[in-house]
Order: sequence, then structure tokens, then C-alpha cells
Amino acid sequence: MDKSRFAVSRRGFLKGSSAALGGLVLSTWLPGFVPRSVAAEATAAGRLGDQSPRAYGAYVRIGHDGLVTVISPKIEMGQGAHTGIAMMVAEELEVPLSAVTIEDAPPDSELYADSLMQFQATGGSTSTRHSWKPLREAGATARLLLIQAAAARWGVDASQCHAKNGEVFGPAEQKLGYGELVDAASELPLPTEVVLKTPEQFTLLGTPARRIDTPNKVNGKAQFTIDLSVPGMLIASTMTCPVYGGTLLSVDDTTAKKVPGVRDVIKLDNAVAVTASNYWACQQGLKALKVEWDLGEHASINSAQIDEALLQASSRDGVVAHSTGDIGKALESAASRFEAVYEQAFLSHSPLEPMTCVAHVRADACELWVGTQVPVFAQQTAAKISGLPADKIIVNNQLIGGAFGRRLDYDFITQAVDVARHVSYPIKLIWSREEDMTHDLYRPQYADRLTAALDADGKPTGWQHRIAGASVLGRYMGSLPENGVDADAVEVAIEPIYELQNLLVNYVREEPKVVPVSWWRGVGPLRSTYALECFIDELAHNAGADPVEFRLSLLAEQPRAQAVLRLAAEKAGWGNTLPAGQGRGVAVSAVFGSYVATVVEMEMLGDKAVRIKRLVSAIDCGLVTNPTSVHAQIEGGTLFGLSASLFNEILIEQGVVQQTNFHNYRQLRINEAPGVEVHIVPSLEAPGGVGETGTALIGPALVNALHAASGTRLRRLPLSRAGYYPA
Amino acid sequence: MNLLSINGEQHQLDVPDDMPLLWVLRDVLGLTGTKFGCGIAQCGACTVHLDGEAVRSCVLPVSAVAGKAIVTIEAIAENAVGAKVQQAWLEHEVVQCGYCQSGQIMSATALLQYKPSPSDAEIDAGMAGNICRCGTYTRIRAAIKDIGQA
Amino acid sequence: MRFNQFAIVCLGLSGLSSAALANNAELIERGKYLATAADCVACHTTPEGKPFAGGVEFKLPFGSLYSPNITPDKETGIGSWSDEDFVSALHSGVGKDGKHYYPAFPYTSYTLMPEDEVLAIKAYLSSLDPINQAPPENTLSFPFNQRWGMVFWNMLFLDDGRFEPEPEQSEQWNRGAYLVQGPGHCAECHTPRNLFQALDSGEPLAGNLIQGWQAYNISSDETHGIGAWSEAELVNYMSKGYAPGKGVAGGPMAEVVNKSLRHLEETDLTAIATYLLSTEPQQAGIARPETKQLSMPTEMGLGSNLFAGACASCHRWDGKGNQSPVASLMGLKTVNDPAATNLLGILLTGHAGQEQQIDQRMPRFAEGYSDPELAAVSSFVLQHFGQSGGSVSAGDVAAKRGNTGH
Ligand code: FES
Ligand code: FES
Repeated sequence: MDKSRFAVSRRGFLKGSSAALGGLVLSTWLPGFVPRSVAAEATAAGRLGDQSPRAYGAYVRIGHDGLVTVISPKIEMGQGAHTGIAMMVAEELEVPLSAVTIEDAPPDSELYADSLMQFQATGGSTSTRHSWKPLREAGATARLLLIQAAAARWGVDASQCHAKNGEVFGPAEQKLGYGELVDAASELPLPTEVVLKTPEQFTLLGTPARRIDTPNKVNGKAQFTIDLSVPGMLIASTMTCPVYGGTLLSVDDTTAKKVPGVRDVIKLDNAVAVTASNYWACQQGLKALKVEWDLGEHASINSAQIDEALLQASSRDGVVAHSTGDIGKALESAASRFEAVYEQAFLSHSPLEPMTCVAHVRADACELWVGTQVPVFAQQTAAKISGLPADKIIVNNQLIGGAFGRRLDYDFITQAVDVARHVSYPIKLIWSREEDMTHDLYRPQYADRLTAALDADGKPTGWQHRIAGASVLGRYMGSLPENGVDADAVEVAIEPIYELQNLLVNYVREEPKVVPVSWWRGVGPLRSTYALECFIDELAHNAGADPVEFRLSLLAEQPRAQAVLRLAAEKAGWGNTLPAGQGRGVAVSAVFGSYVATVVEMEMLGDKAVRIKRLVSAIDCGLVTNPTSVHAQIEGGTLFGLSASLFNEILIEQGVVQQTNFHNYRQLRINEAPGVEVHIVPSLEAPGGVGETGTALIGPALVNALHAASGTRLRRLPLSRAGYYPA
Repeated sequence: MNLLSINGEQHQLDVPDDMPLLWVLRDVLGLTGTKFGCGIAQCGACTVHLDGEAVRSCVLPVSAVAGKAIVTIEAIAENAVGAKVQQAWLEHEVVQCGYCQSGQIMSATALLQYKPSPSDAEIDAGMAGNICRCGTYTRIRAAIKDIGQA
Repeated sequence: MRFNQFAIVCLGLSGLSSAALANNAELIERGKYLATAADCVACHTTPEGKPFAGGVEFKLPFGSLYSPNITPDKETGIGSWSDEDFVSALHSGVGKDGKHYYPAFPYTSYTLMPEDEVLAIKAYLSSLDPINQAPPENTLSFPFNQRWGMVFWNMLFLDDGRFEPEPEQSEQWNRGAYLVQGPGHCAECHTPRNLFQALDSGEPLAGNLIQGWQAYNISSDETHGIGAWSEAELVNYMSKGYAPGKGVAGGPMAEVVNKSLRHLEETDLTAIATYLLSTEPQQAGIARPETKQLSMPTEMGLGSNLFAGACASCHRWDGKGNQSPVASLMGLKTVNDPAATNLLGILLTGHAGQEQQIDQRMPRFAEGYSDPELAAVSSFVLQHFGQSGGSVSAGDVAAKRGNTGH
């Protein structure tokens, strides 16, 4: 029995609003979860929901009709978070999934901060991991209160009653629907202890449930931010200085103002905005502007300089992120050494819905309608730009048309509020694809230099990993901790699954300031896994060993890693001989609390033409909420990573991003996409993340397969840089 | 003035001739099911049917569609094939973020109308103009295949 | 400094006459129209530069030429030119300083323009803001850097005389002939050149490869020229840049349409069409492909796969053009040229000018796709839509990269 004790906060139990709604409102807020820094700001930010028509409790609200509303701390951006969270509550609350609807949580760090990331955010494959406990507890608490209310009504002991399918049953077959019990239940004190179901008792969790958000996504009814309309709203589009850090000097808007439909031209510090009755007029207006920029200090930077700087940085020591044993000695006494540098490109997120935000700044309040992964930050930036107190900023979170980390940032929200504060009407800021791609916050470019001390068999006896690149954490948080280590950038590298003695991991922060960097699907673990899994493959090859066997020999202490590696290898027919010009590549890693292995089978159809014939993944992500979502996330995440590994790099010329749209920042298309086979290792371990695992593994598996098929070892992604293309 | 027939309804609109149909649908008529992804006919998010053929509305000047029948995702369920596609999409759990899916469904419907039982290669060729950043391709393939075999 | 004194005298003189002319708004307006018809701006404006300030590079096999500044700047432009200087430049290819121009400057065509039209152009240019900007030095190698050599060239190839209308032809025909041969200087690109880089008088308008682009045969031949086009189609092409199933103006021709032809009056475009349709048919160059019923191939390869992803959304498998007939590939010479000259040109440079209507734009695929991929898709297009049996190699694409300039 998983007994979960938790403190119950009286103030979290918003009785007032529950009465107003005629329903039950529960909070399972655990004070211990919230880090001080974030919580303090959030408290200052006030409690909007208290006054808003959507007054809320933390997670669960039940109406007189028995229908359940779950306030989701995680937004839906395609990963199935809403469905997973609804399943967790429904399971413990004993209601059918169809009785649950989801509402996005408003910004409130106290109530909705993520226990892993320590702020209110959706990302980092945390949705299931974070929600697993508090959301089930919320469901279980509500169930308990409803049972108690029914027992009191019948004058029986609560232990004689049980709940099922939205009703409470008594010992004499009497029953009451949840809707009839909510008023009484909301008068009861919250329990100090709830008992959660064990996995064997699950009837919903672990079953392949239909996603609850999809019906409206196949009929055009689902509304993303870009689809919203509020009364009096105009469309806005911006042109931001082509060089990051540059500023606006002057604008001649004479012709632009004559474009039919154009209302206003607004000058911002580093951008100019046009508002109009429709997007097309905005774009025509922007085109008609004569704009002069001060391109600033970065206008002479080119990609070649950045490449060079990173390569050099990868030879420096930087700061020590992790050290065991004595790498110096190991290298000295080694039978041989091996060194390699792996390079990965700047990447754009390019979700299919470009950056969009609806903002209305009034004298007394500001309201935002925006799909954001970070509602509290959205609120804070709006407060700062509008000059209004945070409690006057209303954030209505929305469905997201793809994020991949892009909407963990709020630059476009800042800009939307900045435009909106100049006008009296609400605006919907829509970035063109070109604006979106050239003003992204990019996945950093990295150079990883690995050096191994090897024994006579080619096995590593020492391992140095130098990671050079811009710090996302440093930019995002404003600074790095005192030790100077970017914890995200070194993730996986400092805790490799392999038994590596004399391990030294250095972090060398090298900032190409012209390109702002941010989280991109797979974040740090993706980068480390790429370098590590390519390097280990080279070691295996140099040792004349089978890449799977070589890995297994270093995984003695890692049963879960062994299991996924074995499963993926077996399913992919690893070991079966392939004709010349074909080969298999493998990669395995522990990322986001899950273990995952991927095998790519590749065929060379010419010098540079590659065909991916099979793509097989095995994952142990602990207890599975919804196997369909696990499959879908690995399929999608793998293809997302494949697209980047094959085609994508952002290049800088004179400080300007060269890639502008999908013709020069190419995306994998269906006729280039292999099928993805996914195998789940049954597991009772705590749930791990899934959304980014596939993305993290495909790069190295692909490069290793290329080597196996062609004999060519690539160390720099993407493959297209070396002339390879899918055929 | 442009007279448009959209989902069986006539609309008399005063919009510039060169305005792409996409923005007429979205910003003038409020039919937001049709999405904007690239504006250069490379992603397919804006796909609608023009006299039964899948076209990219982001590069289609409104003046060019006068007198032709436009159907958008909002009305595709009225098309027997379209309704099947929507159903198959749900059964195969195709959708992730969903943003590309209006376009995917419009393209799939047009493909299936043209080739009721497409081969794998024909599915790929017919759907290659639609980008999905979430990578739902494997399921799109399976869903269309299913309809073709039914 | 004798030269300077001389310049000042000229300046005084031309200043006078120009001032008198400049008052004549009508003349300036006429000059503007003629300058547009002559597309002066195209050669005298760099992509980022100010109009008419010159500096455009002309890459020739033996070095580079740069177009001069023709704004009325006294130091670097034509501000100090007399009417005589200007007329001499346009009629004889001899500039103010007595220097001979290279025939990259189409004075062999402009020479057909009567003096008053030439001066109208000057009046227009003089009304512009002067821009102080000298073009880079030419980099021709010997003997081509010897301008005096042009004296002999001119003796051989310059027919220094004004346009003479043909009395038996209609007024419209004569207007067209004048525009085509004179200001329009169509032959400069569309007529093959001889060994001496002079237009080959034996094959007028029979097509020519110039600056990496095919300037197609525009004689009245039905298969190789524009003989199968209707007058309306020709007018549509010139005013909008395309005639469905016949031709789409790409590369340098797109510029000609944008900067020159589409600004001309419809009567003038009709006159041009009338004249072109009456020219001597030349059976040379690339033939128009037959149009046939096409559909999605059942067997897919690299080329057709790429076409499916990046091209079919606009061009369609049947080549009819999806969003608009502009994207029609059927019947275009471009898909029937076994060397794929313009096909590669358009793939590599695109057709994305903002002045282009939304349904006429095409992104450039040079960066997103490799040489073998562009070769495969080009070969597919040639084989699917044309009958030339041509196929393109990765090496062809590599060679073409960097050779798509105007
Ligand atoms: S928005 Fe039309 S194809 Fe991308
Ligand atoms: S489902 Fe997200 S882009 Fe296709």
C-alpha cells in the first residue's frame, strides 16, 4: 500500500469559491514542494483566481451534475498531458474518463510549481513524473470525502462504503451520485492521510486510453492562441531587428499607413509593429515600412567564428562538473588514448504554430490569452512591461500548436504586451514564419571533446568529457550557481550509465552572444547522450568489439539499461548479418528518469544517399499512464530528432540567422520518415519522462548506423552538412 | 467585391484581390480551423478544398477562387470520405499538438477521393506536402491505409 | 588641370539646356516611360543600391565590367554631360570622354531611337536626385581592356541609324518593331551572338544562353518560338510575368517584366506582340513540350519523392498549377530543356521577390537540398513533364550554383 501522508493547507481549501460554484474544491498543495525564491514572487503576484469567474482549487472541482473539472498544472502541447492527468484523477476518484474535463491552471507558483523543475512549467518531460503523486492524491482525497459524506447521510461507517463510476455505494446497496454529495463533502475537513491505489488495482492507468483533446483537433474546433478572437481585437505583426541585440533607429511609415486595413505603426526598442484588421494587411504594412536599424555589436559575427571559438573552448578546462578518481593518472598509465570532438548545431524549435499572443492592456489590468509553458513568467513579464501589479495580470493559458521548449520562453509575450500597451484595443500578435525562425531562442551549438584512457583490450580506464557551449540555464536564470556549472548541460555526462572510473567532466561556458539560447526538446541529456553514445561506439569499434556487447560489458550495475538495450537489439535483429552497404547503429541512455535504447538499420543507396530501413526503440519508463501516449511520444520525438539530425542547423552570417522558412530549414516529410517500432519494458518503477527520450537517442543511433553501413564516421550533426540525404 | 462559396454558403466580401484565401477565412470570416504554418506552400497547414482539390490557401489570392466551391475542415465531416478520415484519425490516435491536423485531414481526404485505396507509396506521395513537427507520420500512414482497405 | 576646366565649360552648357528641359514635366514623363521601356534601371542599379547609381557587375569571359552611374551627379554621374554627349553614348556607344563603351551597353539597339526620345530620357535622368557614387574599375584583361578596339567592332557591327518604319506594315506593327528593336533591346538577350559577341543577324530572336539563363527563342516559330501563343497570352506574359501553359518569366526575365514591361501601356504591349508574332520563324533552341495527361507516378524515386514534398503542392502531378495557373509546368520550355538551364536556375534562386504576387512566389531550394537531390528532382521534372529525355547530374547542379546571376 502506497500510503501517502501530506499536510493539508486550510487556505488551499477554497471554501468560498466552492460554495459559489456549488461544488467541491480540493487542494493538495504540499508546501514543501515550492522553492522559496519562486514562491515568494508568486505570493507577491497575488491570487487572481480568487476573483476570476473561474475560481479554482488546486486540482479538482466537482459540480452538482457530478462532472469533474481537473485544473491541470501541465499544459497540453501535444504530449498528451491533459489526458494523462485526467486519467490519474479519474483512476483515484473512481469516475469514468469521460466525466473529466480539463482546465489549465492559472499562474500560481504556490499551487502549481513543478516538483522537479521547481517552478510552474511544462517541459523537461516532467508532466507525468511531477503529476503522478499530487494528482492521484487529489483524486483519492475527493473520493474519501465523498464517501464520508455519503456514510454520514446513511448513518453508516465510511469503511462500509465504496465508490465506483461516479457514485458512492453503501452496505445496503444504497447509492448516491457524486453530484448529490458535493455540498456535504465540501463541509468536511480534509483528511490527513489518503490511501492510493496500488498498480494491481488500476483499471484506467496503464490502459491505452483515447486522448481527450483530440476530437476537437480533427474538426477544426480546437482553438489555439492563433485562433482566438476577443472583442475589439486587431491583429499585430512585428519586424524585429535582424541582428540580436540591435535596436530600431527610425521608421518611415507613410506608405504602410496607406495599406487598406492598417491601423497603427508602433515603434518598440528593437522592433516595429503594425496593427491591422487582418494578418495579411499587417504583413503588407510591414513590407511598406522603411526601417533603419542600429545593428549593434554582433553584426559582424559569422558561423565560422562560432565554430572556431567552440572548438578552442573544448580544449580548455572550464570548471569541473564532476570528478572521480584521477583522470591524469589514468591517462598516463593507459595502454592507449582516444580523443574525439563531437559538434552539434544551433537548432530552431519551429513549432508549426508560430509565436502568437493575445494581449489587452487597460489602465487597470492586463489580460493575456496565450499558450505558454511558463504562466508565472508570462504574468511577471506582463507586469513589468505594463507597469501594472502582477495581481492585475490575467493569464489564460491555451492549447499549444507545438512548443518543443520554445514556449518555455516568453520573449514574444513581452513583445505582445509592449505592443498592446501602446494601443487601447486588444491585439493578437502573430509572428510570420520568417520572424519565428530568425528570432528564435536556439538550442545552443556545442562542442564536446572526449578523451578516454584505454586498457590493452580497448576498455576505458579513464574518461574525460569537456562540454563547451552557451549556457541555457545561465541565460534563463540570469546566472549560474557559484560553482559555474550548468547542471542541465552536464546532465547524463556526469552520471553516465556506464561504469566509468576516473571520470572527469568539465564544463566550459562559451557564449556566442549573437544567438540567444534556450531549451530545445531533449535539452542537456540530448547533447550528452549524443557525444557519449557516439564516443562509446567509436571505442567499441576500435576495440574490435560488437557495439552492443561492448556496452553491456560496461553496464553490469545497470539492469534497466541492460534490459532496454537487449530488448531493442533483439527486436531489431541485432547480430543478423546484413549485406554490404547496410548496417545497424545503436544508442542507449538513461534520460528524464527513463531508460531507452534505439537501433537504426541503415542502407547506403549511393555515396551519400541513406535509407533508414528500420528504427526500433525500447523504453523502460516505469509505471505507464497511457501506453498509447508513450508510443506516440517516442514515435514523434524520434522523428523530431531525426529531422534535426538529418537536416537542421541554424547558420549565422553577419549576425543574421540565415534560415527563414521550411524551404531552407527543412523538415522531415512523411515520405522520408521511417516507421518507428516502440517496445515498452513492463515496469513498476516510478514513472519516468517520455516526451524527449526518442529525440535524445536518434542522433547517436543514426551516426553509429551510418558508420556501420558506410564505414564513415561523422562527428558533426546534421548529416546534410556532410552531403548526406535520405533516399 | 468577391463572391465566395465557402462550405456551401455564399459570402460577399470586400477584401483586396491579392489577399490570400487563408486570411480571408481566418481573419475575415472567423473560420480558424484552417491553420497558418509557413505562408509559402511548404507545410500544408492551410490546406482547403477548391472544387474538391486540395490547395494551399496561404498562397491562393482570394480573387482566384470566385465562383469555385471552397470546403474547409469545419465542413469536411459532411463529406463521406472526410468523415471517415476524421474517424480513422481518432481511432489511430494520430493527433499530437493537432496544429497540422486540419491540413493533414484535408489532404488525406483529397487523396482518398482521388485514390480510394492508395498504395503505401501513394499515401506517402499524396501526404508529403504536409509537415507535422510532432512527427505523427507513422499514424497518418496507418490511418489512411485503414480507410483504403475498408 | 585642363580636363577639369573642360568639364566646367561643359557643365555650364549642359546645365543650361538641361534646366530648360527640366521644366518640361511632360518631357520628363515621356523620358521616364522610355527609360522604363529601355529598362535602364536594371543594369544601372545594384540589388541593394540606389536606382540608376550604377555599379552592377557584368561578368564576361575576359573580366568584369561595371555599369556607370547615370544619375545627374556631376562628379560620378552624367550631371556634366551635354545633350550631344548623351546622344553620342546612346547612338554610337561613345561616352562624353570619348571612351568607347562595350556592347554590354545595348547602344546597337538604342541607336534606333530618334534623338528627341533619347533626350527625353536624359531629361528624366536629370530630374533625379544626384547620387555621388563611382562604379568599381573594370577588370578586363588585354586585349579586351583596349577600348579603342571597339572602333573596329563598331565598324563591323554597329549599324548607326534611326528606326525606319516599314510603310506596308500597320502603325501597330511598326510601333512594336520599334519597341522590340530599339528601347526594348530584346535581341540583346534573345538573339545568338557571334564570335565577336555581336548579335548574329542571321538568326534574329532565335534564343541565346546569357548569364547562365536561357533567353528562349521568341521568333514566331510555333515549336521553338512564341508562334503558338496568342497575342493576349503574350500581353499577359509581359504585363503579369506568365502565360499559363506557355511561359513564366524567371531569372533575369522576371526582372525585365517587373521593372520594365509591366509598366508599359497595353497598346504598346499589344504592338510588341503583333510584331513578335510576325517575325521570321527560327527553328532553333528548345522546343515546347507536348502537353499530355499526367498523374502521380505509381513508382516513386528520389526525384519524385522530393517533388511530392516540396513541389507538388504548387505544381501538381499533372503540371496544371495548383493554387494558380502561374505554377503550371505543362508546356513550358523550361521542362523540355535537356540541360535544365532555367529549371536549375529557378530551383537555386527561387522567384520570391516581394513585388511578385503571392501565387507567383517560389522559394529558393539551394540551401535546403543537396546537389544530388536537386539533380534528381530536376531529372524527374524533365522526364515527367517534358520529352527531351534530359537528365541532370549532381555535377551539373554544382556547376550551376554560383552561375545564376543576372
Ligand atoms: S501555411 Fe500554407 S502551406 Fe504552410
Ligand atoms: S500534430 Fe503537431 S504539428 Fe502535427
